[in-house]
Amino acid sequence: MDTALYLTRRLLQSLAVILIVTVVVFCLLHALPGGPARGILGPQATNEQIAAFNHEQGLDRPLPVQYVYYLHTLLRGDLGTSYTLNEAVSRLIEQRLPKTLVLTVLSALVGLVLAIPLGMWQAVRRNKPVDYVVTTLSFVAYSTPVYFLGLLLILVFTQTLRWFPSQAPQGDTLSQVFSNPVALVLPVVTGAASMIAVFSRYMRASTLDNLAEDYVRTARSGGSRPFAVLWRHVFRNSLTPVIAMLGYYVPVLFGGALVVEQLFNYPGMGLLFWSAAQSSDYPVLLGCVLVISVATVIGTLLADIVQRIVDPRVKAERT
Amino acid sequence: MTAVLQTTPALEPVPGYRLSLRRFARNRLALAGLVAVVLFLLFCFVGPLIYSTDQTHTDLTQVNLAPSGAHLLGTDAVGHDELGRLMYGGKISLLVGLAAGVLATVIGTLWGAVAGYAGGWLDAVMMRIVDAGIAIPALFILLVVSAITTPDTLGLIVILGLVSWLVPSRLVRAETLTLKSRDYVLTLRAIGGSHGRAIGRHILPNSVSTIVVAATFQVADAILLVAYVSYLGLGVQPPSTDWGGMLSAGLTAAYSGRWWLIVPPGLAIILVVCAFNAIGDGLRDAFDVRGRG
Repeated sequence: MDTALYLTRRLLQSLAVILIVTVVVFCLLHALPGGPARGILGPQATNEQIAAFNHEQGLDRPLPVQYVYYLHTLLRGDLGTSYTLNEAVSRLIEQRLPKTLVLTVLSALVGLVLAIPLGMWQAVRRNKPVDYVVTTLSFVAYSTPVYFLGLLLILVFTQTLRWFPSQAPQGDTLSQVFSNPVALVLPVVTGAASMIAVFSRYMRASTLDNLAEDYVRTARSGGSRPFAVLWRHVFRNSLTPVIAMLGYYVPVLFGGALVVEQLFNYPGMGLLFWSAAQSSDYPVLLGCVLVISVATVIGTLLADIVQRIVDPRVKAERT
Repeated sequence: MTAVLQTTPALEPVPGYRLSLRRFARNRLALAGLVAVVLFLLFCFVGPLIYSTDQTHTDLTQVNLAPSGAHLLGTDAVGHDELGRLMYGGKISLLVGLAAGVLATVIGTLWGAVAGYAGGWLDAVMMRIVDAGIAIPALFILLVVSAITTPDTLGLIVILGLVSWLVPSRLVRAETLTLKSRDYVLTLRAIGGSHGRAIGRHILPNSVSTIVVAATFQVADAILLVAYVSYLGLGVQPPSTDWGGMLSAGLTAAYSGRWWLIVPPGLAIILVVCAFNAIGDGLRDAFDVRGRG
């Protein structure tokens, strides 16, 4: 397929997905019993007060009308106003998102930097003790609830060894967050653990596929040293499908950030979402889910495009 | 002629499945997983018959005891014996995880088979819905739900099933795409067999290995998700509990040094989830189907 055609198709698909996300989120938050009014005004509120609140917030209109109105305001970049914090949701997210991105990007980087060599090492030493040990560890890391892992790390490294603080860096600006890098260690490691598990598995499988390819045998029979073959050919060809998986991993990273931020009291979007859930702050919940989903869709799209541009088979032909 | 063709049974669901079983039996990791799951089932469902404890009433004379001969894993803040609670909570964790994993697989299988078989715009719409579902992280949805309601056990199973059917639907759709143009499906259609019959009698039976492998991974993920549920405020209500609930309840106790309240349920979750993943890996290799890495 022509690249331009492919890009157009993928873009349209992504737009459709985002539209469906807005419908899902909208339905989820409005069709459930209780309603936002009860959540904000409390169980003591009279029916008149609730009706007045619903009217004021436009919550008494038919759902499709509310949805169209909602889409219209979304297009203007307006995500509504927080019920409890009395501030624009877009503004709240604007303040919190960069901090969550710092956390997730750092976790992803640490995860990849460790997972990729681990996976390759396992592939080269397939069915040797190293392979079994790393496989077992990645099974365990994948199967550990993030909050349990974080708790264990706090118990060991904060309470017993006193190496790291149990609280993530506080502060409103990114520079304040970066001013205390030691405090970032535990949150980042907690977020990276399952990523190391999953991506070392991908990298192992991908490397094994490539090691079986003809070009590896050709390069080796041509006299290249095994390490050079691994580094110059296998590494790059194995990496592309693994990088493409990164797009699909974005929601998991955000899910991890939700738990990590709550556990380490890190003032990012996850913590904002958590407190919004406690106070039934629906505009904030809606806005956060929407932003995260759009980020995921964009991540998947970018990963697909990158994989298509850097097609490993094209490279294999050139080698 | 037509009658003869229609009464011809569908192809053997998994040709050579004995071979697959033999391959599975040679996989030591997968066998260890199987043994672990059986042991955990015995522990949770037969264990209470041998090691009987009171998990309903509180006993304020026996609170926060360290592990000892009388209470092998100590007691919690309201005097429940922890070992007994581990069995009692495990029942809920395993039942909810199994049920939610199976439910997710059933929904995903039907969705994927219909989308793949129908093709065209219906397929496009159905799969964009799957994309959208995947783009919204499950933990966020569960936290939103916890802000609105506290479900009972059945409600919990349904909610977990509804947030986790997406991956199996993709796998089954891919399988359906390759199966629907096979000769026997085309023949069935040519002689007037219905679409439902094509899916029910040919496509699903021939996807059985993919579905079984997906279901095993789904159960592993569901048990893990159940562990998050109490943490997110959706868990089963006391005095009932599950392993995740025990973990959440033990969080503060762990900070003050009573590690025995969180390490056993934590290890139980990790071991069971690992076991199901190992079985899934073994089945995938034995059946030689594509699945997740």
